[in-house]
Amino acid sequence: MPQDSAMQHFSATSWDENGQLEVLTFDIGGERLAIEAVNIREILDLLPETCVPGAPNIVSSVVNFRGKIIPIADLRVVFGMAAEVADHSGESAEGGSVSPAAADHRIVVIETELDSELIQIGLRADKVHEVAILDQRDSNEPPVLGIRWKREFVREFVRQPDCIIVLPDLQEIFRSMACAA
Amino acid sequence: MSGQDPAAAFRIEAGELLDTTEQALLDLTHRLDSRDLIDTVFRGMHTLKGSGAMFGFDALAGFTHHCESAFDRVRKGQVQATEELVAVTLSAMDHMRALVECNAGDLEAESAAILKRLQAALSASPAPVHDAGIAPSTSQLSGDHDGDELPGGPWNVHFRLPVEAMANGTNPLVLLDELRDLGATRVAAITQDIPALDQLDPMQCHMAWDIELPTTVARDAIEDVFIFVMDEMELVIERSEQTLPAEIDGAADAVTTENGSAVVPQLLPGSAEPAGNRPAKAASESVRVPAERLDLLMDRVGELVIVQSRLAQLASAGISGPTGELALRSISEEVERLANELRDTMMVLRMVPIASLFGRFRRLVHDLARETGKTIDLVTDGESTEIDKTVSERLADPIVHLIRNACDHGLETKDERLAAGKSPEGQIRLSARQTGGEVLIKIEDDGRGMDRERVRAKAEACGLVQAGQVLSDAELLQMIFEPGFSTAAQVTNLSGRGVGMDVVKRTIEGLRGQIDLTSEPGKGSIITLRIPLTLAIIDGLLVRVGCGNYVIPLSAVEECIELSLETDIRSRGRSMIQLRERLVPFLRLRELFSTGTRPDPFQKIVVITSGGERVGLVVDQIIGSHQTVIKSMSSLHRSIPSFSGATILGDGGVALILDVVQLVALGQNREERLRAAG
Amino acid sequence: MTSILTVDDSSSIRMAIRIALSGAGHDVAEASDGAEGLAKARGSKFDLIITDLNMPNMNGLEMIREIRKLPIQAGTPIIFLTTESDDAMKQEAKTAGATGWLVKPFVADHLLKVTRKVLGA
Repeated sequence: MPQDSAMQHFSATSWDENGQLEVLTFDIGGERLAIEAVNIREILDLLPETCVPGAPNIVSSVVNFRGKIIPIADLRVVFGMAAEVADHSGESAEGGSVSPAAADHRIVVIETELDSELIQIGLRADKVHEVAILDQRDSNEPPVLGIRWKREFVREFVRQPDCIIVLPDLQEIFRSMACAA
Repeated sequence: MSGQDPAAAFRIEAGELLDTTEQALLDLTHRLDSRDLIDTVFRGMHTLKGSGAMFGFDALAGFTHHCESAFDRVRKGQVQATEELVAVTLSAMDHMRALVECNAGDLEAESAAILKRLQAALSASPAPVHDAGIAPSTSQLSGDHDGDELPGGPWNVHFRLPVEAMANGTNPLVLLDELRDLGATRVAAITQDIPALDQLDPMQCHMAWDIELPTTVARDAIEDVFIFVMDEMELVIERSEQTLPAEIDGAADAVTTENGSAVVPQLLPGSAEPAGNRPAKAASESVRVPAERLDLLMDRVGELVIVQSRLAQLASAGISGPTGELALRSISEEVERLANELRDTMMVLRMVPIASLFGRFRRLVHDLARETGKTIDLVTDGESTEIDKTVSERLADPIVHLIRNACDHGLETKDERLAAGKSPEGQIRLSARQTGGEVLIKIEDDGRGMDRERVRAKAEACGLVQAGQVLSDAELLQMIFEPGFSTAAQVTNLSGRGVGMDVVKRTIEGLRGQIDLTSEPGKGSIITLRIPLTLAIIDGLLVRVGCGNYVIPLSAVEECIELSLETDIRSRGRSMIQLRERLVPFLRLRELFSTGTRPDPFQKIVVITSGGERVGLVVDQIIGSHQTVIKSMSSLHRSIPSFSGATILGDGGVALILDVVQLVALGQNREERLRAAG
Repeated sequence: MTSILTVDDSSSIRMAIRIALSGAGHDVAEASDGAEGLAKARGSKFDLIITDLNMPNMNGLEMIREIRKLPIQAGTPIIFLTTESDDAMKQEAKTAGATGWLVKPFVADHLLKVTRKVLGA
């Protein structure tokens, strides 16, 4: 498994031997993100969320996902993006006068390891696209000085014909959060 | 649980009954004059005797009868409860356990020995003893056989039922049928007292009857017909002047012999068949389940049936196109959810209150106190905390060992305690508490504490530490959990039986738990067991704060009071409420949780307690009680104080469970800061 | 088929009653305390109710009094189980509205006799 030794991240991207990676792409705050398809558990319509007073902003609420209580994470907070739609509770998506954009909102349930514990987290997404195959040759290291991206939270950027896809470092994001909490 | 063997079910019940009775006896040791406890003991043995006799446990019933009689006399004030009587009765309880198990004759000698001691204890009791007391009494309730009337008759019977007899379930027609079965030759109804139709209540009985019965019938048999209504009714049974025709007399013999077993519902001599003498191994594997938890399970099964029918429908319609696939997917999700919930519910069925585990230790401490000559007081707390049945069973031995250690090594003798300026009575405190995903069990003693020097010397002697090696205090204390380590300078009867703390530690770790020891010289030691729970259930109080629902563990709730708008406004700045002589600080959860909502006009204060401290929580609404299945929160939320977990509500929503200990501490801190600020 | 409700906190006694009565062709419903018994009595008409007196969550006496207020159970015979030999208890249960009693311990025969006695053959 080839690994770029120049990258000093906690989580390396697991390109396969052909330098390819199967991911799910989705939009958050006008940016396109990708997460390895193997980590995706499920894509849900919005659910009624329960606020957890005192929780960090990025995971301010929980939902009942098949009888398990899982946190809902808003990556916009991590990357300092403005919340595009203020209200992302389940009711607004089910209400009658919903903007077409809000109707696309989903929760992407991912599974990741945190402190040697496997946890499930729901990520809010403005719109979910298809599963795509990324090529390592299109991949760039994160620039040292990113304007809106916190470097330590990004594994790599992958160039596409129409946009740039960000591969976030979820483990690092949640680990830093767990420390802060 | 759904066995078909009442005897097996009785064995389980008897075990529980014996446990409760034993607890009452142990309490009685401290309060020999408590009427409630004496009644409890009496009732326990009374039931044990009654049910035992029903299922053929004759030896048990016979033996228990004597103990019951003894306590009946205590109950009636004829003799006093003494320590000796309680002690004998405790050994009698052990014997009853043995009798429940095997119901065999080889225990007769022991039965006799215990009864002899019981008799001695009774005789020694201060109050006058009137009689031999424990001779088998005739508690049978056979009908009043006056004996004067064998077949006599012929009879003229006149009867009138109480007006409310029919409303109370007596059917006159059935009584008349019975009289006819006895051979009634003439039945005449007296209808003159029936009111006019517009005043008639159909459930009232206004009729009377005159009946003639033949010579062959015994008076008892006639009375037996009316046994249930005899006391309230009008009944005249008179010999008739009229002689009955001879042919009826001819049938006399046959009828007479049947009379004895007519319709008397009371106890007949010769009780039930022995209901099986096999030791009920399988029975002890049963779990007693509260009905409402079975209802929960039933609900899930109900849902499963619905999903199954949807699946069947889909299968017969055929899965075609995106709609079909969507339907299949939705069913699959539903089945997955149900499977998870069924699994959770099943696990909940296995949960038992830790009280049953703690209960065993009271007897242990009682015995240890007698053996060591120390006065030991056992205090327990948090007995309603629930843990898995298997875990509970596997914890028994380690805790026995820890308690033995505490009583034997931890607690000082009475003289030593007095010399150290302590109360002569040593205390062992056993407590359980649920926090988030684990149960904490603490075994505390107020004894001499760990002797560090002796631990060190012993550790060096065992080669666990090098001489001169620097150890922190915690590291040093950890040494006692090392294999081969034992601090017992002298092996006593109680501890040092070859089971070391290392075995205790291994057992706890086998349950994925942790064991911690803290100890303060001169003050005592605390051993904390942390046992993780995959699942737990508590009784909760569901409340609303802002738009969120929260669960407060019901065990911590002391009371709920209204917070009038007036008090609320008046108390701005100072969050205290007067609660019967005491000021109790309160927390406005709406503010604590920054809900950003306006207070409900009728806010409530839920007063909760923890460790003797009280704090009021201001909520917007009290929704009601809620059987709460505790779900742990992900590691991202676990470190947030105020919450110990979450639960899923009936509508699928999530409610957070408040951490009582943390909130009380928070309330108290705030209060202290306010006070400090003046 | 007659339907009979048996109310007792002792599951072994309930089981014994159920076995005896269902063996005689009766339909048997069970409740484990007074409150549950009352709830079931509210729900459907029974031909006979057999109840213990000493139970948690509403004792037998209270339950009998409440059942006697239910129109649906008008005239339903209620038999109580007793180990008490004192008449005061019996009297109290009768006043509460019980029809008759059965003394514990009993064997299936006694139970069936009492059942026949209040229900008719």
